[in-house]
Amino acid sequence: MTNRSLKPYLEALPYALLLVLIVGVPIATLITISFWETDGLLLYPAFSFENYRELFTSSLTLTLYLDTIKFTLLTLFFSMIIGFTCSYFLVFFVKSLKVQIALFLLCTVPFWTSATIRMISWVPFLGKEGVFNSAVQGIGLTDTPLEFLLFSDFAVVLTYVHLFTLFMIVPIFNSMSKISPSVIEAARDAGANDFDILINIIIPLTKTGIALGSIFIVALVMGDFFVVRIMSGGQSASVVSAMKNEIDQLYYPQAAAAAVLLIAMVLIFVSLILRVVDIRTELAR
Amino acid sequence: MKFSNRSLAFYLLAGFFALFVAFLYGPMIIIFVLSFQGESGGLTFPMRGVSTHWFADLFASSRYGDLGGALSRSLILGLASLAITAVTCLFAGLAFRNKFIGSSVIFYLAITSLVVPGILLGLGLGQLFQLVGLRPNWFTSGLASHLSWTLPFGLLIMFAVLNRFDGAWEEAARDAGAKYWETLKFVTIPILFPGLIAVALFGFTLSYDELQRSLLTVGADNTLPIEIANMTQNVTTPALYAIGTFTSAISFTVIGIAFVAISIIQKRRN
Repeated sequence: MTNRSLKPYLEALPYALLLVLIVGVPIATLITISFWETDGLLLYPAFSFENYRELFTSSLTLTLYLDTIKFTLLTLFFSMIIGFTCSYFLVFFVKSLKVQIALFLLCTVPFWTSATIRMISWVPFLGKEGVFNSAVQGIGLTDTPLEFLLFSDFAVVLTYVHLFTLFMIVPIFNSMSKISPSVIEAARDAGANDFDILINIIIPLTKTGIALGSIFIVALVMGDFFVVRIMSGGQSASVVSAMKNEIDQLYYPQAAAAAVLLIAMVLIFVSLILRVVDIRTELAR
Repeated sequence: MKFSNRSLAFYLLAGFFALFVAFLYGPMIIIFVLSFQGESGGLTFPMRGVSTHWFADLFASSRYGDLGGALSRSLILGLASLAITAVTCLFAGLAFRNKFIGSSVIFYLAITSLVVPGILLGLGLGQLFQLVGLRPNWFTSGLASHLSWTLPFGLLIMFAVLNRFDGAWEEAARDAGAKYWETLKFVTIPILFPGLIAVALFGFTLSYDELQRSLLTVGADNTLPIEIANMTQNVTTPALYAIGTFTSAISFTVIGIAFVAISIIQKRRN
């Protein structure tokens, strides 16, 4: 083997080793433990399907998954509409490239700040004595504060959309800005109006971006327990928040089995999306 | 090709975009303001005077746990993640320009790391440490859990950065007799530097704000996001907003430094 052909292997080695150690082995550990037994104190190596049998026969599992999927679909719906509309505005209506990039960065900056703080910042806005209720009561629309705003499913979905929409904006913006101006020009010359162009050119060419954004949002919402716990005021649960209770009670094998099921669900969903979109060619485009 | 600029559609879309930006930043601005509540003020408006009382309270009072220690642990983890992410992702990115056996395995492992629910990966890491007889600690298993979040992002950004990089520069250096490390030091890294700053920005900020992956991996000593998450459940004074303003200020400073550095380099090149 020549020095040249060995090069990519050596270059990729540290990254690959790290990933195997911190991602591959831990997931293998979860799968192993999911077959083990526990008395709530110690773990006993075994090869038992008991944890999975419990998981699949409990009616709670289905309820939790349905609730989590409901949150996921709602968040997907709103973040797609917002992400698409904002990107459409930035790419096709903002003339100066500098302004376009500045506005795009404005949308992405919160990604580099604390999600916990952004979540909690809704409390003084939505609370009983919060900004929104004071305003609504101030102009006389209602006498009693609206209580469904905070610590409710509404607050949970609102927070998800607030936290995760930028995961939709970035890939959609990316797809849209790669649409060749001459394609749109040609369509216009052929007599298409803005609406025809939107439906027949822009939306189809943005599908890859929408799919990429969906991967993130599915993964983030399905993996969340913290937003559900805090923003629903403890009234709603998700797959992971139920799992967190098992972890807190040291029922690790049961939690591991639930974890393996959830990871499998997320990966199946993601690989379905990856079948439609080839991320690597998309990024290299 | 842009659509007509001053049409009705333009104003509707601009209005929508402005609303989204308000939605994105409005609540944050409210807590920044409320964190300067007077001493007798509460969690909502009205402001009862203006003071920095709640900021002083954060670090003076023992009520909030070891915030100073948590902050320094988070900063150290952020810097360690930054360094490891930037270096390994640079080389991995360079490697991915060639086809090599196992490249798609690495790629899909990175995607897996990105989409697996963070707390579950943390559970796996924590249990792995227990099984091999190690005690989970913020700088060992904690750092590993942070890297599982920063490394995939780093690689994806390297793909985008290298996409605009012309390999002919490297070839020219090699033809002129430069060795691998010389080419890297004098050609590749200087050209890629703005992109590497972006990778570093992700490395630091994603680690600094990481919560879910840290919960079951940091052991006895908490990081700042965990302390803050605990505070959201048991602190009912504006001190909660003060820590929010404080940690956001650190994030914004780091983002600012990265943006300024990138724009200075770009300007010099023009």
